[in-house]
Amino acid sequence: MAEIICITCPKGCHLTVDEKTLEVRGNSCPRGEEYGRNELTHPVRMITSTVKLEGGRFRRLPVKTSQSVPKEKMFEVVRSLDGIVVHSPVHVGDIIVKDVCGTGADIIATRDL
Amino acid sequence: MTKIYDVIIIGGGPAGLAAAEAAYNNGAKDVLILERDQTLGGILNQCIHNGFGLHYFKEELSGPEYAGRFIELVNKTNVEVQTDTMVLDITPEREIHAVNGQKGYQILKSRSIVLCMGCRERTRGAISIPGTRPAGVFTAGAAQRYVNIEGYQVGKRVVILGSGDIGLIMARRMTLEGAKVLACVEVMPYSGGLTRNIVQCLHDFNIPLYLSHTVTKIEGEGRVERVTVQEVDANRNPIPGTEMIFDCDTLLLSVGLIPENELTRAAGIQIDRRTNGPVVYENMETSMPGVFAAGNVVHVHDLVDYVTAEAQKAGAAAAKYAIAGEPEPSRHITVKNGNAVTYTVPSCIRMENIDKSAEILFRVNRVCGASVIQVMSGETRIAGFKRERLAPGEMEKIILPRVLLDKAGEEITIAIEEA
Ligand SMILES: Cc1cc2nc3c(=O)[nH]c(=O)nc-3n(C[C@H](O)[C@H](O)[C@H](O)COP(=O)(O)OP(=O)(O)OC[C@H]3O[C@@H](n4cnc5c(N)ncnc54)[C@H](O)[C@@H]3O)c2cc1C
Ligand code: SF4
Repeated sequence: MAEIICITCPKGCHLTVDEKTLEVRGNSCPRGEEYGRNELTHPVRMITSTVKLEGGRFRRLPVKTSQSVPKEKMFEVVRSLDGIVVHSPVHVGDIIVKDVCGTGADIIATRDL
Repeated sequence: MTKIYDVIIIGGGPAGLAAAEAAYNNGAKDVLILERDQTLGGILNQCIHNGFGLHYFKEELSGPEYAGRFIELVNKTNVEVQTDTMVLDITPEREIHAVNGQKGYQILKSRSIVLCMGCRERTRGAISIPGTRPAGVFTAGAAQRYVNIEGYQVGKRVVILGSGDIGLIMARRMTLEGAKVLACVEVMPYSGGLTRNIVQCLHDFNIPLYLSHTVTKIEGEGRVERVTVQEVDANRNPIPGTEMIFDCDTLLLSVGLIPENELTRAAGIQIDRRTNGPVVYENMETSMPGVFAAGNVVHVHDLVDYVTAEAQKAGAAAAKYAIAGEPEPSRHITVKNGNAVTYTVPSCIRMENIDKSAEILFRVNRVCGASVIQVMSGETRIAGFKRERLAPGEMEKIILPRVLLDKAGEEITIAIEEA
């Protein structure tokens, strides 16, 4: 039995996951079941960061991945944003990088700037 | 003749935005938001991480996205906004004194006011650590602003004092940006932040969390070079012989937030010593009639969704006051904090404003296992709510139906009974 804490929402349910059957207990909602199973098979995380912004009110534009990416790719994804420069105006949801590091997720803007 | 606004809102963070929208939607015609920053959105603009809006929008948004949704809603109304405008004073006549670059010194009049000034971080001075005074000591929120908005790297080897959410979020952010976070040090035997943040910000990156430890010395010439961390006993006194030295260039402080209430105090509004925010009634009205408050200025929230809900209540009540004035007083019920409960919001329920039910928010002062939240009126129990776990880092909410309140006497107590 693996004991993990669900991080999908602030409730933070204490889950137990059976390593063999991948049966999840302790979750208060279905999302916890998915999280518990993923965590033992292929853990994923959302990533948020910033990229350089030119011509805008501020020097950084906040961005995020459009979906969760494999946990072990977190550093690679953030590193890949280093050289990127975006020009104002940008809108929430604009795609900044397509299919970042081959994860299938895009990097999208999270603020109008 | 000077214009009289229906509702003026001080502060344009998530609380101010939701209050403005609610006031407008509840019939207030002239609504004005005064914000001292360049933009609306408040602290959310620097909280670029995910985790906002799960309750309210049923999806996980970053701080700027959450703020953006409300800014858009407010832009669709005819609510007036003045940014770069600092409110200096509120008088008992409900006049607001404010300054900005374009209009200079203004005295604004309003039928009702909503205070949404948020909170600020406790600083090192407030907790006084011995040692030299080198550069490299930041509050976690200041570091967050430098990194996320201004684009500066604040340090390479980092120790974090305090396990509040902002510190935890910054531990992850700085690690992903290439810094080495050596430790997170918490004086209490439990963490001050949400469990999910301990997992996704510390465990994910193998950052050790030292509970019942504190920083006892900061050293460095010009810039921080090392800090000493020591275990503390039950009375929070450092235990000799437990010293650990960390070579680092940065110390982040995430030691709590204090509601920003200089304006409130100066206006003579009653402050609750337990929250450092104004004493509020069931509809978020303060001790000054027609002046309401919501969000972190009242009590420190960990979830912006609750800030929004509270501010909508305040905004709606402010609109009602502006239009109809104060209702005829009827019965009042004082709400007291009992065993293991730190405070309650509200601290008094006026039955004339209760329709179907009243909401009570509170925090516990220690980690409790399986418990019942007991609502007592004298010796009689009027309601009980089961919880599997309660922690100081997580705000609790109970809803009391009017039928139960009708049975209560002049005072009710919220207390925790551990199984
Ligand atoms: C760093 C940090 C991280 C957080 N992380 C999360 C999270 O992951 N998930 C989550 O759900 N919640 C999170 N929260 C909580 C949530 O963001 C806050 O509770 C929320 O922003 C509070 O909203 P507010 O409107 O009360 O205050 P604020 O956002 O602080 O807004 C107050 C506004 O009032 C303005 N103001 C103050 N004084 C004056 C004056 N005299 N004149 C004019 N304007 C004034 C300020 O400039 C500011 O814009 C976090 C909070 C902080 C501080
Ligand atoms: S199981 Fe559901 S309710 Fe519990 S933490 Fe996960 S997402 Fe939240």
